[in-house]
Amino acid sequence: MKFLKRTDLDRFLTAAAEHRTIYVPVDEEPNKSAYRRYKPGTPVSQGLKTTRSAKDFFFPQTENLVGFRIEDKKIKILDPRTEHEDFAVFGVRACDARSFGILDKVFLSEPVDTYYQNRRRHGLILTMTCRRPAETCFCTAFGIDPASPEGDVVFTETADGWYIEPKTEGGRDFLAPLEEFLEERDDKGADEAKARTRAIMEKLPLAGLKTDSFGGGKTKELFDRPEWASLSEACIGCGTCTFVCPTCQCYDIRDYDTGREVRRFRCWDSCMYSDFTKMAGGNPRLTQKERFRQRFMHKLVYFPENNGGEFGCVGCGRCLASCPIHMNIVKVMKTLSEGQDEQ
Amino acid sequence: MQEMMKKRAKTLLADGTVSRVIGWRRGEFSYDVTPAVFETAEEIDRDFVFDAFCGANVSKYLIRESAKEDGRILAFLKPCDAFSFNQLLAEHRVRRENVYLIGIPCAGKADIDRIKKAGIDGVTGIAEDGEDFVVSTVYGDERVKQADVLAERCLACKSKRHPVYDELLGEEGEDLPDDVRFAGVAKLEAMTAEERFDFWRSELSKCIRCNACRNVCPACTCENCVFDNPASGISQKAAADPFEENMYHIIRAFHVAGRCTDCGECSRVCPEHIPLHLLNRKFIKDIDELYGTYRAGEDDGTKNPLTSYTEGDAEASVVRERGRA
Repeated sequence: MKFLKRTDLDRFLTAAAEHRTIYVPVDEEPNKSAYRRYKPGTPVSQGLKTTRSAKDFFFPQTENLVGFRIEDKKIKILDPRTEHEDFAVFGVRACDARSFGILDKVFLSEPVDTYYQNRRRHGLILTMTCRRPAETCFCTAFGIDPASPEGDVVFTETADGWYIEPKTEGGRDFLAPLEEFLEERDDKGADEAKARTRAIMEKLPLAGLKTDSFGGGKTKELFDRPEWASLSEACIGCGTCTFVCPTCQCYDIRDYDTGREVRRFRCWDSCMYSDFTKMAGGNPRLTQKERFRQRFMHKLVYFPENNGGEFGCVGCGRCLASCPIHMNIVKVMKTLSEGQDEQ
Repeated sequence: MQEMMKKRAKTLLADGTVSRVIGWRRGEFSYDVTPAVFETAEEIDRDFVFDAFCGANVSKYLIRESAKEDGRILAFLKPCDAFSFNQLLAEHRVRRENVYLIGIPCAGKADIDRIKKAGIDGVTGIAEDGEDFVVSTVYGDERVKQADVLAERCLACKSKRHPVYDELLGEEGEDLPDDVRFAGVAKLEAMTAEERFDFWRSELSKCIRCNACRNVCPACTCENCVFDNPASGISQKAAADPFEENMYHIIRAFHVAGRCTDCGECSRVCPEHIPLHLLNRKFIKDIDELYGTYRAGEDDGTKNPLTSYTEGDAEASVVRERGRA
């Protein structure tokens, strides 16, 4: 298998950046990183996860959809779309890599979201195995193997570098001009690294998390459960969980009058917000309990029901780490599962 | 302290003084506690927890809880929470007769982010051991000094005294000097205007507009925030450009000026670790310097210098004359 030595990473990325824009996780402070455009010498974060997920590359927080300008009694329609530049995101973990498949189901099914599709077609995903998962990790509950992520090229990390496997045509094309930085090694080191990661996952506190009580067809059983009241009582109704989430996909579309023209843009929305899905005739979810329930029912019941059983959560644990009051999907799953055993 | 609190809570529930208790519920990893309302002794025995990680200010929940026609609720307040509660009381946002307050002493609360910053992860449990925390992780046990992982707001604590309570558990403390608290602001004041502008642009541009700072803030109690009102013309769920986030935070800081008790919840909850408390603290320092020392939440609010007029008030020109400070 091909191997990239840790000491050669900078030369490798520098050469790769000549062919396309590369984004890498960069430490903003200890234990907090964000994706930044790679320039030669940019120190790549050794941290586990970026604070925001990698979905931002394909589904940005805001984007202009269309503009309108009135000229001589005619309305001119302004299309802001241009062909997106080629880019690659380096260091994506297995959880985030799976999230793209979930977002694809939403944005690439008919009617196709061409804004999203444009970025997906031009973006390569360079994934990396997890060497040091955190206590908040529970991707394995959703059938994700952090030692074997999806993606265009998989980097299996060891102490002194990465075993590299292209998984798609795009991945092979990406690596073709970079062969000179790679050496040949037998697979033993990669297998050991994968086994180590899997062994750690089994020791993590959330290793035994069960999804049996959830999935398509569970709406009736779960919707009116009394536990929603106590689970949601401390929720402050902020959007932190939804905005750091790699799979949250809800958005709002609004018009902005610049004075010269009207710009129609979309921005992330959050089911935790009081005006979420507010429409003519009112708001279907009047209390925080209902909005809170929507978030978890969507991920654990509605999404699998509409998408062949696939859950809408990848277990990245970002919401566990950033919720101001430490309420999260794991506590919801455990509480509702417990109640079900008793019934 | 936890056992004393549980015992007292159960007694007050049993004798009918209160019908509910607001406290913190045990989490998955020992640091991830959640504010919760307990109604029975069994619930308290099973889930009630009070330790170094119970830092969330529960005062704001008392707006909702004290409005219920369901008897009194018992709340355990740290000194900083009690300042927040008192400010809410001054603004007629809580019904005092529906709350039974027990003041609890506070030696400072731990910040899990600072433990993680020390390179510790895979946490499975945290135990107090003398002056240290022993953190069990899947990668082995680690030891950190409790003093090294205190939350920023605790390092800058303004008072160990409860301005309001019905009874106290433990020893009552005293006010602390302000110089430590204002050191961060003084550093910003020493910058040139350009440096300061760059500092805030860089910090505020990280904002993801999750509204956690606003929603957790005990001074932000509008029924419908202007930023949530589509009819306001400035309602926004996500920043359209970096200017938007900047304005959001600046407007919020102005709105809570003179009412902010410096509880530090805004910075605690920010997922992007923006030092939002510095904006509010700058206002507090300015108010102190222009009108004399004033601590929001210390009394009934009638002396709030921004909403009460005296002949000795600083003229507008004072600000200009002071120059850059």
